[in-house]
Amino acid sequence: MIKRRPYRSFLSYIDLSREYYAAHGYSKPYAWIYHQNVPFSKLEKPLSECTVALLTTTDLEKPPGENAQERHLSRKVYAQPVDDAPEHFYTGDLQWDKESTHTDDNDSFMPLNRLAECAASGKIGSASPRFYGVMTDYSQGKTSKKSAPKVLEFCKEDGVDALILPAL
Amino acid sequence: MVGSARDIVEECGVARFLFTDFPLGNPFGTPWNTEMQRSIMDMALDLLQYAWQPRTTVQAPFIWSEDETWRKVFMHISEEQREAFKKAGEIRRAEQAKAKEKLKLVN
Repeated sequence: MIKRRPYRSFLSYIDLSREYYAAHGYSKPYAWIYHQNVPFSKLEKPLSECTVALLTTTDLEKPPGENAQERHLSRKVYAQPVDDAPEHFYTGDLQWDKESTHTDDNDSFMPLNRLAECAASGKIGSASPRFYGVMTDYSQGKTSKKSAPKVLEFCKEDGVDALILPAL
Repeated sequence: MVGSARDIVEECGVARFLFTDFPLGNPFGTPWNTEMQRSIMDMALDLLQYAWQPRTTVQAPFIWSEDETWRKVFMHISEEQREAFKKAGEIRRAEQAKAKEKLKLVN
């Protein structure tokens, strides 16, 4: 179907969140990162020989803490065996559209079953025996200097060739 | 990367980005829609295989629903809510300060 609009279709979360937090009395808007240069690697072998992993921004369970702020500070980067995935990932403290949708179906944001199907059909070589979790963090330094290297370490341990990050 | 916050991801810049124009929460397809999720996985793997340079964005050809009300609710600010938002912000900042203080004591 063709639609015409005097504005772009997709939402700008930079604009929305800036106005939203300003309305909450935050005086300084969050400054989003922009990279002039973005790293890139081509796959070094056919997909059918690659081990592929998933990285989520959700938690295995509700982190300890009395409120969302305390729970946020207790979140950690993790690696978890796929066979030991939670029935429901914890998404309660994250910013997503709780009015329009829900996160009851893990595969809608953490598609472990869909990836396993690709391994079973031979589309990919294998699915990593573990998946990984990383927290959405205000601190860009913490994300790039602490969380990302930790995830890379997990990937190397598991012989992962490629990582898919479905961001909630 | 597979996600729905296109501006944030493209501003940051990633090697490969599969954009799904959905409300935040289900970047890999509508809940329980296994066929859509399979297609999204296939597109993500194709992008992995065939992209040849960074900042490659592909948009999945799916819509969330014909009803586009979802585009108007998330982080929407109505005039009636402004006072409540201001109060919620004050509570949040107090909690943040308290949580950080508690963390300092633990460490």
